[in-house]
Amino acid sequence: MSTLLFYIFSLFTIVSALGVVVSRTPINSILSLIATFFFITCHYILLNAQFLGIVNIIVYAGAIMVLFLFTIMLLNLNKDAEPQHNNLVKIGGVVASGMLMVVLLSAFKHTGNITHNTLAVVHVNQVGLLENLGKTLFTKFLVPFEISSVLFIAAVVGAVVLGKKEIGE
Amino acid sequence: MNSFLATLPAVPINSYLALSTILFCIGALGVIIRRNIIIMLMCIELMLNSVNLLLTAFSSFRGDPNLHATNANDGQVFVFFIMVVAAAEVAVGLGIIVMIYRNTFSIDIDRLSELKN
Repeated sequence: MSTLLFYIFSLFTIVSALGVVVSRTPINSILSLIATFFFITCHYILLNAQFLGIVNIIVYAGAIMVLFLFTIMLLNLNKDAEPQHNNLVKIGGVVASGMLMVVLLSAFKHTGNITHNTLAVVHVNQVGLLENLGKTLFTKFLVPFEISSVLFIAAVVGAVVLGKKEIGE
Repeated sequence: MNSFLATLPAVPINSYLALSTILFCIGALGVIIRRNIIIMLMCIELMLNSVNLLLTAFSSFRGDPNLHATNANDGQVFVFFIMVVAAAEVAVGLGIIVMIYRNTFSIDIDRLSELKN
């Protein structure tokens, strides 16, 4: 049943990720990307990474996608159609990324076929639980965690400075 | 949740490798063939998420009883930090996009091919 769920979620993830690329209007792309993030969250829960699943929904589908939506609405882009590349560039892009995919997939094909928890019993796989991740985050990774707050301050200041109108305008 | 998942049979890690590769290549395809800067930024997010999924899969597959003796948690902590960096990146990137739109009245990436004016 886990395998069946995995294939269903994978199918939905790939279809909605393709929807991001091929859809005409930016709003449809954003909605497809939100759907993709929800299906990736389903994969996280299937992997028993519950904390990351919830954070993925809150941060990506909640915060980042709302930011994208607001930008689209502020810029009022739905009036004019997006200019398209010519067909040569499109075919070249499809061929290039397809070849990247073929190369990577054929390189990964001969890796060892490890199934879930061949080493341990499944019910001790508690890596993704909030308690264990919190312990690791606040002991071993405490310094990077604090430094990331500095990164956030820099990002906020940068966004405000960029978004501010200049005096001459 | 634990006991629910414990009863389920296994998915091999090769499937997660294939899924992440396909998602990454879809993101790369979007960056190449679209001209809208916002959609290119979204495709970059898609690529980041495929890497996140693979890191989580490896971390989850390596889970073993004596957690703190090994580095089994590290993959998911890395995913957490990637999410932090992605959020900061999106904030700054969208600020840049708004500024570009204010100057050129377009979000076409080919308008930026020349640096002057």
